[in-house]
Formats: sequence, C-alpha cells, structure tokens
Amino acid sequence: MELLIAIIIGVLTACGVYLSLRGRTFPVVLGLTFLSYAVNLFLLIMGRLTVGAPPIISDTAANYADPLPQALVLTAIVISFGMTAFVIILSLKAFLEMGNDQVDGKHKP
Amino acid sequence: MDLSLVALTPFLGAGFVAAISRRGRLHAAWGAGAVTLTALFILSPYIKDAFSGQVLVQSISWIPMLGMDLAFRLDGLALLFVLLILCIGLLIILYARYYLSDRDDMGRFYAYLLMFMGSMLGIATSENIIQLLIFWEMTSLSSFLLISYWQTRHESRSGARMALAVTGGGGLALLGGFLLLGKIVGSYNLTDILDSGDLIRSHDLYLPMLILVLLGAFTKSAQFPFHFWLPNAMAAPTPVSAYLHSATMVKAGVFLLARLFPALSGTSAWFWLVCFTGLVTLLVAAYIAMFKHDLKGLLAYSTISHLGLITLLFGIGTPMAALAGVFHIINHAIFKASLFMAAGIIHHETGTRDMRILRGLWQYMPHTALLAMVAAASMAGVPLFNGFLSKEMFFAETLFVINLPWGWLLPTAATLAGIFAVAYSLRFIHNVFFDGTPVDLPKQPHEPPRWMKVPVEILVALCLLVGVFPAITVEPILAVAASSVLQGPVPDHDLAIWHGFNTAFFMSMAALGGGILLYLIRKPLFVLQERVESLLDFRALYEFLLEKLFYLANTVTCILNTHSLQRMVFIFMVFILALGISGVLATDYDYGLTGERNLLSIDGVSLLIATVLVIAAIATVVMHRQRLISLVLLGAVGLGVSLIFVKFSAPDLALTQLSVEVVTIVLMLLALYFLPQQSPDESGKWLRSRDAVIATAAGGGVALLVWAVLTRPYDSIADYFLENSLPGGGGTNVVNVILVDFRGYDTLGEITVLALAGLGIYAMLEHLKIAGASHDSEGRAWDEDLHPIIMASFTRLLLPLAILVSMYILLRGHNLPGGGFIAGLITAVALVMQYLANGVIWTQERLPINMQKVIGYGLLIATVTGLASWFFGYPFLTSTFDHIHWPVIGEFELASAMAFDLGVYLVVVGATLLILVYLGLVHHQSHQMKHRKRIR
Repeated sequence: MELLIAIIIGVLTACGVYLSLRGRTFPVVLGLTFLSYAVNLFLLIMGRLTVGAPPIISDTAANYADPLPQALVLTAIVISFGMTAFVIILSLKAFLEMGNDQVDGKHKP
Repeated sequence: MDLSLVALTPFLGAGFVAAISRRGRLHAAWGAGAVTLTALFILSPYIKDAFSGQVLVQSISWIPMLGMDLAFRLDGLALLFVLLILCIGLLIILYARYYLSDRDDMGRFYAYLLMFMGSMLGIATSENIIQLLIFWEMTSLSSFLLISYWQTRHESRSGARMALAVTGGGGLALLGGFLLLGKIVGSYNLTDILDSGDLIRSHDLYLPMLILVLLGAFTKSAQFPFHFWLPNAMAAPTPVSAYLHSATMVKAGVFLLARLFPALSGTSAWFWLVCFTGLVTLLVAAYIAMFKHDLKGLLAYSTISHLGLITLLFGIGTPMAALAGVFHIINHAIFKASLFMAAGIIHHETGTRDMRILRGLWQYMPHTALLAMVAAASMAGVPLFNGFLSKEMFFAETLFVINLPWGWLLPTAATLAGIFAVAYSLRFIHNVFFDGTPVDLPKQPHEPPRWMKVPVEILVALCLLVGVFPAITVEPILAVAASSVLQGPVPDHDLAIWHGFNTAFFMSMAALGGGILLYLIRKPLFVLQERVESLLDFRALYEFLLEKLFYLANTVTCILNTHSLQRMVFIFMVFILALGISGVLATDYDYGLTGERNLLSIDGVSLLIATVLVIAAIATVVMHRQRLISLVLLGAVGLGVSLIFVKFSAPDLALTQLSVEVVTIVLMLLALYFLPQQSPDESGKWLRSRDAVIATAAGGGVALLVWAVLTRPYDSIADYFLENSLPGGGGTNVVNVILVDFRGYDTLGEITVLALAGLGIYAMLEHLKIAGASHDSEGRAWDEDLHPIIMASFTRLLLPLAILVSMYILLRGHNLPGGGFIAGLITAVALVMQYLANGVIWTQERLPINMQKVIGYGLLIATVTGLASWFFGYPFLTSTFDHIHWPVIGEFELASAMAFDLGVYLVVVGATLLILVYLGLVHHQSHQMKHRKRIR
C-alpha cells in the first residue's frame, strides 16, 4: 500500500510541475490544483497509513490515526480552494484586460 | 492619574478629532484644543514635584524577557519640553483655525497635529531609550503627513519625502547607537545610562556609539550637512512650520544632546564632533539665510543656524554652556514660532511670501508689523529682548576656548554669525514692512482676523517679559531644566541685561553694528551670491543619490526578475530539485531507502482506484490543451483523492475534499466559459521534453521521499491530543477539537484568509461586464434552455433536505466527522445547485442575503467567542462545555467551541457563495448582452 501511495503522490507532483510550467493561465491553475492534491496527501501520510481507525474517541477502538496532520490538511484543503478561486478569477480578469491568457501578462501586439 | 497618559492622550484625541470633524468644520479645532488642555490637566499634579527637582519615573511591564518596560520619566528637562510642546501647541491650534481655508480638511489636519504632539511628548517623557526611539520615528512619520498635508502639490510631496528620508535614516542610525548604548550600560533605562557616564566614556564602543547617536540628533535638528531637508519642508502649511520647525520636531535633536549630555559629553571626540558641526551649521545657515527671497525660507535657514548655535553650546560642554543651550532652546522656540506665524499672516493676507514683491506693508498691517519687529529683534539679539540674553551667554562661552591654539577662531566665527543674524533679521523687517509701497500684490493686504494675532501677541509678550525680567519669569524652569541636563548643581549664573562692559557685550555690539552695515551694502553681495549659490546645493546631491538608488534598485530587480512567469517557475523548480539532490548527496550517514516499518498489504479495490487515479492524472496532462476534457478528468482525480482520505481513516478530510471538489469544478467551469476553450500549441518539442524531464525528476524525488518516510516508524505528539480531546475539549472528534480548540487561533487566521480571498474576488468581479462567446469552440450554438425544468424541480425539492444534512453535520462535528468547514461547504453546494438549476436572478430574488455581511458576522462570531474567554480570566479562545438534558432529544452537549464553529461555518458559506454568485452574475449579464446583440 505504501508503494501505491508513493506512486500516486509522485505522479500528482509530476503532473502539477509539468502543468505549472505551461505558458497559459488555465493549465497553470490546473497544475496548482494538482500540486495541492499532492501536498495535502503528503502532509496526511506524515502520520503514516492507518486503515479503519479514524481519530474519533470511543471505548472500543484499539488505536487511532494521527489526528494532527488531518487537522492541518482539512484547513489546507479549504485554503487551497480559496487560492485556486482567486487565481482563476485573476486569470479571467487578466484575460479580459490583456486580450490573451499568456501567463506573462503580455499585451496584445 | 498616570504620566503615560500625558503622551497617550493626544493619540486618543487624534481619532476623536477626526471623528467629530464630520459634524462641523470647527469642531476639530475645538476638539484639538480640548485634548491639549486635557493633557495639561493630567500633567498638572506632577508639575510641582518636577519643579522641586524630583525625578518621577513610572513604568509598566512590557516585554520583561528583553528587560523592556514602558517607562515614563518627568524631570526638569522633560517638564520644560512638555510645557513647550503643549503650550505652543495650544497657540498653534488657535492660529491654524484661522489659517486653514474652507477647502482644507480640518479634521485631517488636527488629527495629524495631535499625533505629532503625542509623539513629541513621548520623546520628552520616555525613560526607556528604545521607547524614545519609537516615538522618535513616530515624529518622523507624523511630520511626513503634516508636511505633505496639501497632497496635490508636488513640492509638498517631495519635501515630505525628503524630510522622511533624512530624519528616518537618522532614526536608523540612532537605533544602532541606542542598541550599542544599551549593550555598554546593560540597561535601556535613562536613569542607569545617566549614572554610568564614566563607564560609557571609557568603553571601546564609545566612538561608534557616539557617531551613530549624533547622526540621529543631527539629522533631526537639521545640522550641516543634513540641513537641506528643513527648507524643503517649508512646503508645509505655516502652522506646521511654526510648530514643527521652530519649537518641537527640530528641537528633538538638541533635546537628545541635552538628555544624554551627562552620559556622553566630556570627551574630545564629543567636543570636536559636536562643536565643529554646530559651528559650521551656525555660520553657513546664517549666511544663506541672508539671501533667501522666500520669507519662510529665510526663517528656515535662520532656524538651522540657531539650532547650530544650540548644538555648539552643548559641544563646548561646560556647565554654563549647557545652561545657555537650554536657555536658547526656550528663547528660540518663543521668537521663532511667533515669526513663522507672522510670516503666515503676511502670506495669508497678501498672497505671496516673496520678498522681492513684498514691501511697505507697515501702512496696511501696522499691528502685525509691530509684533514681527519685536520677534525679529529678539532673533537678532537686540538688548531688552529674550534672544539677547542667551546670545550674550553664548558669546561669553565661546571665549572659553580662547587659550587653545586657534582658539580665537571660535569667538570670531560666533560674532560673524551674529552679524549675519542681524542682517537677515533687518532684511525681514525692512524689506517687508518698509522700503517703499507694494505694487502688484496678489491680494489687497489688510490686518488678519483678531484672534489670528492672539497667539503671536502672547509669544511676543513673552519675548519682552523674558527679555526684561528674566530672573522672575524664566529662571525657575531654566534652573530645574539645566540641573536635570547636568545631573548636578546648576552653575552660578546671573540672568541680567547688564553685565558691564565685558568682551561678550562688545561682541554683541559688534554683531549689531556689523549686521546693519552688512544690510546697507547688500546689493553687491546679492550679485556675488547668485554666482556661488550652486556650490552649496545639497538638495541636488540628495536628488542625485536618490536617482542612483532607484537606478540600483531597478537594476537588481531586472537581474532577479525575468518578467516571465514561465521562466521564473522553471528556475524555481530547478532550484528546488538541486536543493533536494544536494541534500541527499550531502548526507554522511548510509541510510537505506527503505526503512524497517511493517508495510500494509495491497488489496484489489485500492489497486483499481490507484490505477484509475494515475491514469486520470496523466490523461489530464496529456489532454490539457482540450480544457473542458482536462477539467472533467481533474474532477476524477479529486474524487480519487477523497477516496484515499476515506481509506486511510480521515473521514473529515474525505467530506471536505468531496465538497470542495464540487465547488472548484463548478467555479472553473464558470470561468472557462469566458476563457479560450483550447490552449494553443506554443511550446516546441524541446521545451516540452525539458519540462517533462523536470516534472519526472520532481515526481520521482517526491515518490522516493514518500516511500522513505512511510517505511520508517515515527514518534508523534498526537497522543496528547487524543488523551485531552474528551476531558479538555469536550469532543470525541479529535480533528474537530484540534481545529476549534487546541489550534483555534490558527483556524481563526485561516478563515480570515478565506474571507479575504472571497472579498478580493468580489473586488475583481464587481462591475465586470463581459460578452460571452455565442458559440462553443466547435461552432455549436449554446442551448437556449438554460434551466432545464426537471433539474430545477428536483433541486428545489432537495434543498431543505440538503440544508438539514448540513445542519446535522455542523452540530455533530464536535463528536463525529463534520464541523463548520464541512457543513459550510455542504450548504454552499446545496445553494450553488439552486443557482445552477434556477438561474442567478431567480435564486437571488428568493435569497436576498448580502454575502459580505455573512462573512463579516462569521469572523465576528469567531473572534467574539475567543474574546469572551478573557472576561472569565482565561487566555484567548479557551473553550468550555457542558451537558444539558433536553426533553425528547435527550442529553445534548453545548460547547463554546460550537459558537466558534458557527463562525467558521458562516465564513465558509459566505466566501464560497460570494465567489460563485458573483461569477454567476457576470454570466447572467453576458447572456443578456449576447441577447441584445442578436436583437440588433
């Protein structure tokens, strides 16, 4: 299972890096979304992989998953939504003002 | 009452004055006067003690770890300055009420003035030198605001900027000097510093410390070669010049010399540095003042010259010289403030300050002329006026060095400066009030309003009273101020007008006679001066340096910034890769890649999901130029990620990810409608392979890192949270308890970020009008049926259910997966469905809620919940909980953290909907625009 997770995070990172190197705003926003998936998963697995033991206190549970990375990631997901939204609207605004969606904000020739 | 309130009252008053100025123009003036009187009233109980020579120190603990306290001190010197600042401030407030025109914003003016007054009072009464420095910098900032009061004028802005650059730069030097001083003494308190003069003077760091402190003092007091900012600051309204540039701001520098006099003076370094600077300033500025055609320019250079005189006196360093320095601080403040006000009246009533145009005003404003004459005579040092007394003491003190080689130079230079001073004072009077009749004045001159002259009259009366009866007027405050400057007994002095025919008297007479003579032969001198004027232009040097600085900053920026995001991201990625690789290579130990932790086995479902996820991710990249398809694929990846959260015991994360995914995809679809549907194929093969290599390297590196981490055991601080969640936080869902309780402060910060992102997007979208494309990328027209009836009906039916679910999720969040974030997102998704299915306008008519307010209330509720714990004596955001028994429902837990979670909920709902609804409105308008086009 650890191998699978390593591959998934690696692939998500690679996709994110490749897309964020593109020259148009929309792929870059997609790339940032990929990178936030990768980073959120990476943060979560710092608490190692635990199956079937959510951190909800009960008398019957034998062990719990690490709640700390989960709390970190929960807010990170919401914040990255805020960031993605901001960037996409920014790129929309830039597109309207510049007439193209080049990331370098080049004006119409 | 507290001493600190004396300095803090004007700051509180500034807000008060700005607020009441909206109710009427003159309210601000009355308010400022009342604030100043309040400060005087707070001071009054301490005046008697300070006069009797007691030193009053009050301190409030501030940063005990650094040994820093907020400490205030009132002794003779502080008292003198506090009285000068408050009393002259009161006169200035009265004067400015008549000076400012109807177009000037009185509230802003008086608020700035009070801020400045408070900063100045802070400097005068600080016991801690770091605190003194903070007030010092605040005077720079508030004077910047005051000088640039007429913001539309170019010279106001550039003058203000120059003053800020020079005095602010000096403030930085002063900070360095104070830190060294604190290191030498081991304390930042003035009491300790003033007691350790010998230690300071014999320390190795004495010289660098002295130079840094003097740089601070000299820039503030406009000493040569930093004097050029003061004439340029004359772009300020005249009340500001009368206050800042005669009695207060520029006096801060000499105040510092006086304050630290016992600790720093008495060495040859002090003597040479301070004396030389003072002497050069005295001479050069007095010389330039003679040739200034602008009334205020003349006064500015005269001020610089008098500040040089005071500096020189402190440099000489004898007790008697220090006393004379304090005396001249008082006298200069009185006569120069009145002269500035007189110049302001002349400008106000004639419309010009140019002495080439002004003449013969005696017949139009004799009253003002008389007042100006008395003050100018005091400035020139004519007997019977206060300026004469301290100037004669100054002349006597310059004789102190007469026995040194070249010692005669000092008294000669002093007399020469005296001659210049008489000449420019004479010019101020003769040129403006006599010398023919005025022609072509911009305004017909007449006397100003009665009360505008009152402040000048009071000060001029003081000039005379102090000049004639010094022993009964100024002696008490002078003695107590001088004794706290000297930290010891005051030398015998005799404040009399007549000391017999001594050398100082002859120097005074020589200055008077020489000055009159010089004024008579001024015409050829003016011609000569015009030729050499450019040689002494430090303003040009400043501007040259400023230009070079901007050039340098530009060059550095151009080197570091390639103006291409693509290239910058590329450099960033390569750099990160290099960091990672070098980190691995630099490790000495021989770790294996795989650790010894037991691994989990792979099951078929997981393998399937992982395969789908990886394929979807790669497909997104491959298809990324087809934007809509790549977006759909991205949604699949997001769902896969939430399944991973489900698998690995993170139900809260799974719920959050799922709802965020919906909102994100909707948002991106809305935005994509306006953007090009396809990305052009721009980057060539080489560029794509280069990026692919970097991406693969980054992904591979991260995968290896994840593998290495996951196969190793670890220690976590999680046990603390798991153990204390229920007993301490009252909730069984540990993730939620961490969010709203243990780390509630972080969460508060995070919802603030979210709120700001929402508002930022709102700002970008407001009033945005775009015409959408009428066809999609493949040339098909959009479906006319925007809101299919089946979907609309279903979502309407589902709405109550969805809201109910989100409420349930919110309430149970403390104990089971859920909470404010998730419930907020679910509510947002439920409402977004309505907008999608029924249209923005339809939904907004039925849900007329201002989302900005929802965000605001959310933040307010969260913050107030945190603050509430203060009232019970607990730290910010401490939570409490209790169980209550409700009929029918049964036992129910109430926790204060739930109120906090409600705040989180509202912010999430508000921000998410604000973003989507506004983008939706833009859509709606674009459809309308399209429609209109078609009709045409």
